[in-house]
Amino acid sequence: MSASATASQTVGPFFRIGLEPLYLADLAPTAAAKKKINFHGRVLDGDAQPVSDAILEIWQANADGRYLHPDDLRESPRDGFTGFGRVPTDAQGRFQFSTVKPGRVAGPNGKAQAPHLVVAIFMRGLLIHLLTRVYFPGDPANADDPILQLVPAARRATLIANAADGGLEWNVILQGEHETVFFDY
Amino acid sequence: MPTRCSDSGRFRIRAAVPKGRLRAFIVRKMSAHKKNVGEAKTEPPGYRRPAPGTQPPYLHPAYASTRKRAPTQPLILLPHTLSEITGPVFGHGAVRAEDADLTKQHDGEPLGERIIVTGRVADEDGRAVANALVEIWQCNAAGRYRHQNDTHDAPLDPNFSGAGRVMTDVEGRYRFVTVKPGAYPWRNHHNAWRPAHIHLSLFGRAFVTRLVTQMYFPGDPLLPHDPIFNGTADEKARNRLVAQFDWDSTAPEHALGYRFDIVLRGRDATPMEK
Repeated sequence: MSASATASQTVGPFFRIGLEPLYLADLAPTAAAKKKINFHGRVLDGDAQPVSDAILEIWQANADGRYLHPDDLRESPRDGFTGFGRVPTDAQGRFQFSTVKPGRVAGPNGKAQAPHLVVAIFMRGLLIHLLTRVYFPGDPANADDPILQLVPAARRATLIANAADGGLEWNVILQGEHETVFFDY
Repeated sequence: MPTRCSDSGRFRIRAAVPKGRLRAFIVRKMSAHKKNVGEAKTEPPGYRRPAPGTQPPYLHPAYASTRKRAPTQPLILLPHTLSEITGPVFGHGAVRAEDADLTKQHDGEPLGERIIVTGRVADEDGRAVANALVEIWQCNAAGRYRHQNDTHDAPLDPNFSGAGRVMTDVEGRYRFVTVKPGAYPWRNHHNAWRPAHIHLSLFGRAFVTRLVTQMYFPGDPLLPHDPIFNGTADEKARNRLVAQFDWDSTAPEHALGYRFDIVLRGRDATPMEK
C-alpha cells in the first residue's frame, strides 16, 4: 500500500463537541508557581477581526528539554510533564494557557534550538491547520536559533512573545503587514 | 455528557482510570522502544511531505471563510526536528468503551439510521498506526449540531450528543457506532448545503502527523457541489474521503457498515541530519 496521507479538512465551527474533552490550559499543574508562565493572546483575521472559533494546540519539551515521547532517545522526563495543551479562543478571539519554559532541544545538524513551543492552529476557514512556533523574549539563544534563522529577519518578531501583564503575550495575525510566520511542515 | 477530571499533570483522563497507571503504561512502552533502538547516534527520521494536490490549500476562494483566514505571506519550510517528530502520547486509559458508541450515551436511543464505522489507520508505507487516539464529532440525523452556535431550524435529539472517542488497536483498526448524520445548510453561497459528514481528529506518532479530516458517504448528491470536499485538487485523494459501504462490518438486523481507512504521513527513508 502506498496511498498518500488522507486529505485534511476543516474542523468547522462546532469542534468543541468533539475536542473539548481534551481541552487543557494548564500544561504544568504541578510546577512551582514561580516557574509558571501565563501566555495570552488573540487570533485576528484579515480584517483584524477576532476569530472566535479557533483552537490552538501546544506541544513543547519539559524544563530540561526532554520530550515525553519514544523518539526522544534520552531518558524520559520524570516530572509528570506531558508537553501537550489545547485551548479554544473566546468571543473576543482571546486564548490563554500556562506552562513552564522548555529547555533547549537539538535541531538540524545537532545544533541546539532556542526554547520554543510548537503551536498548531485549527479553525473554520482552514482546510488544513497552520503550524507556528513561539519563542521567549530576551533569550540570548534566539540569536542563533536554526529555525528562526530560516525566517526573514523582519518577520522574526512575530514568533517571539512579549512581556505583558506579568505574563507573556503572543498574538496570531492571520493576514497582513504583521502576519504571523507560519511554517510549511 | 461524560464526566472528566482535569486536576493532575496528565491529559484529561476520565476518573475511572487511575492516572498513575496511564503514566506507567506510557513510560513502560517507551523504555522498551529505547532498548530496541539501543545506542543509536542519529535522531529518528522526519516525515514525508505531501505530494502536490493531495492536501487542500489554505486559500480556496470557493470556500468563503478561507479568504480572510489563509496566510498571504510565504510559508517557511520547516525541517522536522525533535520538536516536530515527537507529539503527545495517549494511553488506552484516555477512552472508555462507551465513548465508541454514540448511540448508547443517553437513556434512550437517538433517532436516525444506526451505522457502524470501521477502518484502519496506517502510515504511507501501510504500517499500522496502533494506539492512536481518534476523536469524532458530528451533527444528528436531522442535520443539527449540539452546539450553541448552530441555528439550523432542525430538532436537537435529547439522546444524541454527537461526540465519540476511540483508540486504534495493535493492527491500527478502530470501530464506532453512531447514527448517519444529516445534511445541513450553511451560508457559504446561495442554497449551500454540506454533504453528510463525520469529523475525525487523529494523533499519530508525531506532531506533524496530526490530522483533522471529514468522512463522507458514498453516493451523496451534494459532494460535487461542496467547496470543502472539493478543496483537495487530486481526485484520488479527494475520493478517499468518501467511506465505502461495507458488508463485512454490516450487522444483520442491526446496522449498515461503512469503512473509512485513514492514512497518516509516513517516515522519511533517510535519518534527520545531525
